[in-house]
Amino acid sequence: MQLTVEALQRWIINTNEKMQENKEYLSELDQAIGDGDHGHNMARGFQEVVNKIEDNSFEEAGSLFKQVAMTLISKVGGAAGPLYGTAFLKASEQWKEKTTIDQETFGKGIEAAIAGIKTRGKAKEGDKTMLDVWGPVHTYVTNQPLERENLKKTAKEAMEKTKEMKAKKGRAAYFGEKSIEHVDPGAYSSYLVFEALAGSITNEGDANG
Amino acid sequence: MRRPKVDMKKLINHPEHVVDEMLEGIIAAHPEKLKRLSGLNVIVRKEAPIKGKVGLVSGGGSGHEPAHAGFVEEYMLDAAVAGEVFTSPTPDQILEAIKAVDGGKGVLLIVKNYSGDVMNFDMAAEMAQAEGIEVEQVIVRDDIAVDNKEDRRGVAGTIFVHKIAGAAASEGKSLKEVSQIAQKTAENIWSMGVSLSPCIVPASGKPGFTLNDNEIEIGTGIHGEQGIERQWFKQADQLAEEMINNLLNEMEFTPGEEAAVITNGLGSTPLMELYIVHRKVAELLERKQIQLQKSFVGEYMTSLEMAGCSITVLKLDDQLKSYLN
Repeated sequence: MQLTVEALQRWIINTNEKMQENKEYLSELDQAIGDGDHGHNMARGFQEVVNKIEDNSFEEAGSLFKQVAMTLISKVGGAAGPLYGTAFLKASEQWKEKTTIDQETFGKGIEAAIAGIKTRGKAKEGDKTMLDVWGPVHTYVTNQPLERENLKKTAKEAMEKTKEMKAKKGRAAYFGEKSIEHVDPGAYSSYLVFEALAGSITNEGDANG
Repeated sequence: MRRPKVDMKKLINHPEHVVDEMLEGIIAAHPEKLKRLSGLNVIVRKEAPIKGKVGLVSGGGSGHEPAHAGFVEEYMLDAAVAGEVFTSPTPDQILEAIKAVDGGKGVLLIVKNYSGDVMNFDMAAEMAQAEGIEVEQVIVRDDIAVDNKEDRRGVAGTIFVHKIAGAAASEGKSLKEVSQIAQKTAENIWSMGVSLSPCIVPASGKPGFTLNDNEIEIGTGIHGEQGIERQWFKQADQLAEEMINNLLNEMEFTPGEEAAVITNGLGSTPLMELYIVHRKVAELLERKQIQLQKSFVGEYMTSLEMAGCSITVLKLDDQLKSYLN
């Protein structure tokens, strides 16, 4: 599998579409165990990202994701801005000067992103956060051929599992036991990110034309 | 005649412009003492940066006015960074605030303990340090509604930190000294809130939670986060007593010690009611032989149009007392 810079750019554009479509739902999830702004913040941030990258062509993946990261950091706010921003910034370092990315390199980017999220958010897997989607996706990417339906399924199941978890980080942690039975909003937005990625690759695992 | 369709009765023009237009209004009202950094949601003292004085920066989501821009003045903050409503400001904005107030003696950031605020201020501090500016941070976690002390939210007690750190900085103290005094203040503040009705974030247009006419919620956060428990509505004296008892359970007071109190309105509770609550607070402290040294009654840290109040108690020693007065 090879992801071209164009396919990666399409990933981000697809992600924005998902964020716009699910803006209200994400905020509803956040209202249950947070402060209700996650959907609006993600939608605003990714719209700005798309405004910045849409009409540009990037020669390599590093500068594309650096641009994505810096825009998210300066436009999203809340906890999601630094977390997603740090994630893409760390990934961009792994993807620097690459015009296409093979699955191994992609996995390294995700691994670096996870390390960044952990440091920034002082969280670990199992805390009912976005990490509970990024972690299983990383495991999948490093062990199985990247394929549209399986990627989507992995991200979706991981997201749904956060429903049973007790929140240990962020505002949701104030709810303690009461956070159980709610899907974590950050896990849901992360699922959307990987669902968008699945939409950017074909069943054969190659980038769409 | 066609009647207008109204989603929410708020004196705004567009939900996306509320922060920008509010900041324009603040500058229109106080052009003699405040300026806004061009293109940014940062309010700065006109005199900043002040040479030889530690710069003080705070900020957070909007919707808590007068926090924090209302505390940008002499002996208080040098700059305040406003995020979107209930959303932390971003690191690039905080960085510009830091740069605008650094008079060569470094900058102290006063941050309320929310994961978003902490992360964004952290990133800004790292960026400023990379540019050679000395930065320290104090995290305020005064809301006792959260059990785990590390997770406690920053609420109205933050104003005490603004005031005391501001006074210390005005004396020309070093960044380390101002930071230590601010830290000590933060460790001696306990707050608790009660809400009678919810607030509506302009962008969502819906209340963040619902309360029946006969219900109140103890311990609600300043963004409408769920509190400790729902109770039947009760009168001011009873409520004040419950809140003070909760606060005093957390604090170690020996008879004769001194305290300062903020009885803070959350947005739509009249001053009349705040004084009625404060009257009881003062009476209860006296009964416990705690000397009420200084009181602040009014709106300091609001939650849009939420009804209700919070009570903040600051335990004083001679040093804190001298900076507070």
